[in-house]
Amino acid sequence: MSYTVSMTVNGKAVSGDVEGRTLLVQFLREHLRLTGTHVGCDTSQCGACCVHVNGTSIKSCTMLAVQADGVEVTTIEGLANGDELHPMQAAFRENHGLQCGFCTPGMVMSAIDLVQENPEPSEKEIREWLEGNLCRCTGYHNIVKSIEAGAKAMRGG
Amino acid sequence: MYDFNYHRAESVADAAEKIKAAEDGKLVAGGMTLIPTLKQRLASPSDLVDLSGVGDLAGISVDGNTVTIGAMTTHGAVAASDDVKQAIPALAALADNIGDAQVRHRGTIGGSIANNDPAADYPAGCIALGATIVTNTRELSAEDFFVGMFETALEEDEVITAVRFPVAKRAAYMKFPNPASRYALVGVFVAETDGGVRVAVTGAGQDGVFRVAEMETALSGNFTADAIEGISVPDDDLNTDIHASAEYRAHLITVMAKRAVAAAG
Repeated sequence: MSYTVSMTVNGKAVSGDVEGRTLLVQFLREHLRLTGTHVGCDTSQCGACCVHVNGTSIKSCTMLAVQADGVEVTTIEGLANGDELHPMQAAFRENHGLQCGFCTPGMVMSAIDLVQENPEPSEKEIREWLEGNLCRCTGYHNIVKSIEAGAKAMRGG
Repeated sequence: MYDFNYHRAESVADAAEKIKAAEDGKLVAGGMTLIPTLKQRLASPSDLVDLSGVGDLAGISVDGNTVTIGAMTTHGAVAASDDVKQAIPALAALADNIGDAQVRHRGTIGGSIANNDPAADYPAGCIALGATIVTNTRELSAEDFFVGMFETALEEDEVITAVRFPVAKRAAYMKFPNPASRYALVGVFVAETDGGVRVAVTGAGQDGVFRVAEMETALSGNFTADAIEGISVPDDDLNTDIHASAEYRAHLITVMAKRAVAAAG
């Protein structure tokens, strides 16, 4: 059965026809062509598909597009202001917080949500928060450094 | 994932009606277990009835010595609630250790207990604290509610609306998490309630959550970790899987119980 869903994605009103089983991440990637949100494990564990729904981070591979009818979504594409990266994106670049980059969109979206909840997270709190974001390249050290720097920048330096 | 018809319930009564009318319907709360289950084709319901639009199902209230948590309240909301942290800190801590942050933003208490995963955290909290499960048709004790592995006393068209927790004199939950899934390999919730000391174990039992009477008796006279030092649960009815043997789980039950007693102070 087909359902029409409408939501706001990165500040823009969008709508489309989906099946009941269409995942939010499929809607973002395949209907809207916003391919910055990645599908890693597709089993709710790796966090590559992390986006914000109504301001909080969720795994878009584990939410149906129909469940997102009427919500506000922010994806990695919605962070930068023109050519100016979001402070968290800039911190990942400056601190070499990525290698292959596959997990990075989810890491950045998750990290921003952490800083929204806890503006000055300790290293321990950052590592605990990253429970739901897996990286197979970096060993996490530079990701944690990036988030510390990004949090500082988001607080205004 | 096989396709299904999707319905958004407007009220609890509407949800019950829609689930009754469906050929093989399933309620969806946060979907943190159900959606992965559908993806693996371990379930293929004809209809999903979504409870997320039923506003009055989410929320936390404290009335005297009772904390009432609406069925659609997320783990994140329970963990962050000042009311819960003050009234039953062990329950807030339990919620804060479920899955990861993103799962806690979607997963709900009602969904968790309706699923009754034998390694889920909330069943241990409900049993140890002597919670009451409130549905659209009745109220039942946690012990009557949890029937067996992935089995509850819920009827097909019954909807959990809230869980009521009496405030405990002291309580703590200790879990040995599976390092990959964060589900409990063994989790032990110890509470001293008005009805006595209760010890509930999750993650280990073949029929899901269970109480340990011998530890409860020992703790009633002497609420210290030493009092249960020599008490172990026989491993005959414990789970063995790739993560841990029954024997190891039996060992962990005593270790986690002692830590919980020490933490409850």
